[in-house]
Amino acid sequence: MSEHPEQQAGRSRPGLGSGPPPGHSRPDSTSDPRPGPRFDPRLRAALLVLPLLVFVGVTFLAPLANMLVRSVYDPVVADALPETLDRLRAWDGEGLPDESVYETLAREILAAREDRTLGQVATRVNRVQSGLRSAFTRTARRLRNVDEGPWSDAMTGIHAAWGETGTWRALREAGDRYTSRHYLNALDLQRDPAGFIAFQPEDRRIYLFLLWRTLLVSLGVTALCLLIGYPVARLIAHAPPRRANLLLILVLVPFWTSLLVRTTSWIVLLQNQGVLNDMLVFLGVIGDDGRLAMIYNMTGTFVAMTHVLLPFMVLPLYSVMSAIPRVQTSAAESLGASPWQSFWRVYWPQTLPGVGAGSLLVFILAIGYYITPALVGGSTGQLISNMIAFHMQSSLNWSLAAALGGILLVCVAGLYVLYDRLVGIERMRLG
Amino acid sequence: MTTTTTTTTTTPTAGHGFWRIAYSGFCAIVFAFLVAPILVIVPLSFNAEPYFTFTEGMLRLDADAWSLRWYRQIVEDEEWSRALANSLLIGVSATVLATALGTLAALGLSNPAMPARRFATGLLISPMVTPVIISAAGMFFFYSNLGLAQTHLGLILAHAALGTPFVVITVTATLAGYDQNLSRAAASMGAGPLTVFRRVQLPLIAPGVISGGIFAFAASFDEVVVVLFMGGIEQRTIPRQMWSGIREEISPAILAVAVFLIVFAVLFLLTVEWLRRRNAR
Repeated sequence: MSEHPEQQAGRSRPGLGSGPPPGHSRPDSTSDPRPGPRFDPRLRAALLVLPLLVFVGVTFLAPLANMLVRSVYDPVVADALPETLDRLRAWDGEGLPDESVYETLAREILAAREDRTLGQVATRVNRVQSGLRSAFTRTARRLRNVDEGPWSDAMTGIHAAWGETGTWRALREAGDRYTSRHYLNALDLQRDPAGFIAFQPEDRRIYLFLLWRTLLVSLGVTALCLLIGYPVARLIAHAPPRRANLLLILVLVPFWTSLLVRTTSWIVLLQNQGVLNDMLVFLGVIGDDGRLAMIYNMTGTFVAMTHVLLPFMVLPLYSVMSAIPRVQTSAAESLGASPWQSFWRVYWPQTLPGVGAGSLLVFILAIGYYITPALVGGSTGQLISNMIAFHMQSSLNWSLAAALGGILLVCVAGLYVLYDRLVGIERMRLG
Repeated sequence: MTTTTTTTTTTPTAGHGFWRIAYSGFCAIVFAFLVAPILVIVPLSFNAEPYFTFTEGMLRLDADAWSLRWYRQIVEDEEWSRALANSLLIGVSATVLATALGTLAALGLSNPAMPARRFATGLLISPMVTPVIISAAGMFFFYSNLGLAQTHLGLILAHAALGTPFVVITVTATLAGYDQNLSRAAASMGAGPLTVFRRVQLPLIAPGVISGGIFAFAASFDEVVVVLFMGGIEQRTIPRQMWSGIREEISPAILAVAVFLIVFAVLFLLTVEWLRRRNAR
């Protein structure tokens, strides 16, 4: 138990990443083929990876691809009202369509009612222009009593919306099998009647703000983790081995502890009748009626997220720092550098790979955070992931959830590629 | 212990007593921030009252104020025991699947001859960095179409997928320290590739494989979002049960469960650290 193994691993590769890369350990293994290999070594390696690639492809990547398809593809309306939509495409979008369109739609609405798909159609058209759900349901209910035309008069009599141009435009838009509508929605945009992209009315803009908030919170948590994680990692990296191991355990305990347990802990500590408020009241810092609201708001999200993500900052930093020879800073100081100079010009530059690795990892994890904000965020501490969950579970607007997920996925994928370029995914280390 | 010499030579603030104390004090606060929230749960779980804070009796160390009632409650509650059974079934099955596939893949990825290694590694690690809400949403749609939503099998496959990156990373790291000459020596003496793997390589990389398995199990044992989206009442796991507990009606019984989970976490942590050290020798 003389020295922590990571220190040894790190020292052999000074200044680089958070661990040794695979495969490069014995460079001679390429040049010297095994005696009597039955396969080409390339094929042999690929065959070993293949089962997992197929497994992850089917159980994980295919679902993601499926979700992305869902964000741009929705055939429900197009399948239920094919002829109406055909005829509507010939309509110039001004005034009202002619009687034949009304007649076709009346027939297809009744058919959709029989197939029990009318509800889904109504929901989708309603998402393009709210208020139209009742136009469909009421029309379907009352049309059965209408035997003959003119259908335009009959339908407009049942629901005034059929006499408005916007209704038909909305129906035509909802009938597109492939649409960018959900992505536009997810960015608070929409198409105006002329087909140009414009912002939603101010009172309906929510997602850009939420994306912005998610970005700010992630940046803030990353900065805070770096600020408090850096000194701690440095302390551990240069402590005597036995103490370093003990301190490392203190970082690893939260790393391993269930996320739900840690979130529960913060509720216990921070809530109105919680431990921290009780202590402050007992010490007389605040009055019993002046208890601080530290949870179920942004404070709760921020504190709990920092707690959860701090180990992901400390561990890569520690890994890099423990590879920096201690004599360097003392050499700098013996040559006349002030402690600050020796830190800033000798030590800090060498820790940059760790700073980069830790910050990127924390930021990637923070930007997609869901559980903690959902449990302790209240209404002001919700992030973009929580909005995805809302559309998945409550509003059931799955296409919009998929589009929001697509946007988040693109952000994370970009950061992931950046991480691979700067740090190397294969150097990622756990614990 | 040569504490005095090491700290004075390495700290940039050497010789500035005040700054050194300030530095240690700051670090002590951060360590407290990391560990105290977890520790505070332990005594509170013995609260005799249904509160989430220390009662006056507890602070006076009054024996009546402390009790095992919440532990009794979770042991007797059928929902919690079913959740434990589900967690174990799903966790162990997913771990076996993830460890087998992940170890094989790590063997391939560690081979310098592996074509498109960087890209393949990127794909295989991606389940770990993808926001879990996106994974869960995608899986919900996809598994529902296959009829696998609200089944144990569906959750096992999902958790195995989410757990494989941990195995791949850990085993790849272990293989980096494996001496290929050992395999070659065995092969030169007539052992087939399978025998070489089973008798020579596997025993030597076993610590990494077991660590990876523990990581994968811990990931499944703590996973709640996929279960939330895809699991039915029959598939409720411990985290799922805690989730409802925290969201709906928060009772100190959750604290008793939390203490169990903390004990699990510490056991996992110590095992993995022990294996790591064994592997480093």
